Amino acid sequence: MVLKLEHVTKRFGEFTAVKDLSITIPEKEMFGFLGANGAGKTTTFRMILGLLDSSGGRITWDDKPINYSTSHLVGYLPEERGLYPKLKVSEQIVYLARLRGMAKSEAVTELKYWLERFKVPEYENKKVEELSKGNQQKIQFIAAVIHKPKLLILDEPFSGLDPVNVEMLKEAVLSLKVKGTTIVFSSHQMHHVEEMCEHLCIMHKGTQVVHGSLKEIKRAFGKKNLVIHADFPLDSLKSYPGVVKTRSTTEGIHLQIEGEYIAEKILKDIVNKGFIRKFDLEEPSLNDIFIEKVGDSYE
Amino acid sequence: MNKFWIILFHTYFNKLKTKSFLITTLLTVVITLGLTNMNSIIEVFDKGGDKDKVAVLDETGQLYAPLKEQMSALNKNLRLTEFDGTEKEAEKAVEEGEYAGFVQLRYDAEQLPEATFKAMSVADSSLFTDLQAGLQQMKTMVAASKINLTGEQLQQLYEPVSFEKIALEENAKTEEELNQARGLVYVLLFVIYFAVIMYASMIAMEVATEKSSRVMEILISSVSPIKQMFAKILGIGLLSLTQLTVLLSVGYFSIKRNLSSLEGGFFDAFGFGNISVSTITYAVIFFILGYFLYATLAAFLGSLVSRIEDVQQMITPMTLLVVAGFMIAMFGLGKPDSPFIVITSYIPFFTPMIMFLRVGMLNIPVWETLLGISILLGTIAFLAVFGARVYRGGVLMYGKSNSFKDIKKALQLTKKE
Repeated sequence: MVLKLEHVTKRFGEFTAVKDLSITIPEKEMFGFLGANGAGKTTTFRMILGLLDSSGGRITWDDKPINYSTSHLVGYLPEERGLYPKLKVSEQIVYLARLRGMAKSEAVTELKYWLERFKVPEYENKKVEELSKGNQQKIQFIAAVIHKPKLLILDEPFSGLDPVNVEMLKEAVLSLKVKGTTIVFSSHQMHHVEEMCEHLCIMHKGTQVVHGSLKEIKRAFGKKNLVIHADFPLDSLKSYPGVVKTRSTTEGIHLQIEGEYIAEKILKDIVNKGFIRKFDLEEPSLNDIFIEKVGDSYE
Repeated sequence: MNKFWIILFHTYFNKLKTKSFLITTLLTVVITLGLTNMNSIIEVFDKGGDKDKVAVLDETGQLYAPLKEQMSALNKNLRLTEFDGTEKEAEKAVEEGEYAGFVQLRYDAEQLPEATFKAMSVADSSLFTDLQAGLQQMKTMVAASKINLTGEQLQQLYEPVSFEKIALEENAKTEEELNQARGLVYVLLFVIYFAVIMYASMIAMEVATEKSSRVMEILISSVSPIKQMFAKILGIGLLSLTQLTVLLSVGYFSIKRNLSSLEGGFFDAFGFGNISVSTITYAVIFFILGYFLYATLAAFLGSLVSRIEDVQQMITPMTLLVVAGFMIAMFGLGKPDSPFIVITSYIPFFTPMIMFLRVGMLNIPVWETLLGISILLGTIAFLAVFGARVYRGGVLMYGKSNSFKDIKKALQLTKKE
């Protein structure tokens, strides 16, 4: 059950929303999509779901195209809340679950389980418009997973949630992954992807700029972060050869360097200048990579 | 259960139990009952009060009896009483509400009757007209006897000329039949007109609601938009048939019950006395076809707007088409065989009303009806295919613009290249 995108392109008239995108997502993995607004994430998801036809390339799941005959195996959480505001939670979840091929009684049992799990059993007979945004998102999430999909597509699942609810949803997503669901999700927040995904890709203006496993990407990036806290001035390091970026803090300095060997050199140069409280060589964060690849256009 | 039926019944039952649907159904039932029982209702109000008691101040002493005789034939609700007293006293009696008014009878210079009618207000024109007619007849009689005309001569003079319309075409409806058909067709045209406008905009609303609440994205990832669109159209269609069945049966039984007591009255003129089965059948057929035509149109127009507020604006051109069809049909009621009506009955957007008008009022060849229906069916099929494509793209399109240019954009979305 591998999800494969091969040279997928989508054009809307003159505008190219997605350009030559090739991704392979192995079964039971979690795959992260990163990208600024308008990078083509939602369009890609819509093509995977078959809502839009691609202008070129092929999308297959288990070597077959995804269409309405497989829709009971796919779960989708759209970027914006998509629920009937006037319907009760139970009515609409059961309706949506039945459209995904579930029996009514089964849907009712599953809904109860999920509401208990999210600690909101009292919402079963409330109208959606009466719920807060965070609670609506929980209902939205239930709608996406109630039919136990094999492939789950989550478009910005954590946006607009408080930290407690983010943790609750994250835990639910991870438990689904353990049960063998292949999950594709997009986010603005790097740390969610960094924490949860084995593989990821970064999209920029329809093109995929980075693609691979988290470790590979970090290794390939090469650059490292160096944090130094010391009792003597460190400003001279700002013009040190091999230092790409610098940021002064109250306690010291943050540097982005070209490689580990630069850190070695710096240490040799400053070790006799005074007391060094901290000398920490860090892996680059996804945020650094993202900013580097996508540039300042990001938010 | 098939997803198509899940959507169909979800749409149907959801709408069925909404308060607005129940209230409109109830209201229209009440209105139907009111209209079909109009005569009884008017009677109930008329029974109270002696509004139509009119005093007669006969200065001649001879004219009261003949006038009373004439009036009792003209208007049974009008009661004349002879008033013994002066004019002042009569005026006072009217002011006190004892009489609706009083008539002063006297002879003019040529010894012919002359009268004055006095009442608190002269707003009730029917009372005045009735009195006038009675006086006129009485005057004719008096004048006739003055010039020594016999009753026979008088009858000859006033006998209306015999003038009859006969249609030469075989099976053509007689004048009487035509009048009856006109009434029935008129009422059914109204039903078609209202139902098409109401349910088509209900569909557009439904689609726009799903779109603006973004639940559409989930729906179309489970079920194809085309299946959804038709399930919805049929669901609302079923709803409309439910409502119309309730209304028509209430109306039918209410009329049936009242018919015996209303012989020759208001309802006979509307042709309810002998309701033609074929007219009703055609009404149902044309209602269903008209509904599908406009519902498909409404569904894809509804798919183009992003906000519910824009729905009305978007479907206005469609509503105008229905109104135009209705206007032409109203004109056609008087002249169902004019070339203009014949031509417009083949224009699919007007066919449901105007072809129905023609089959209801004339005996047109079957092929003409079938041709009209075929053109209509063809248009529905075309709109369904075209509409489904627009719908598929339209439901994914969000933005503030809501012009007809969006149709092009929506089609572009569904295109592969």
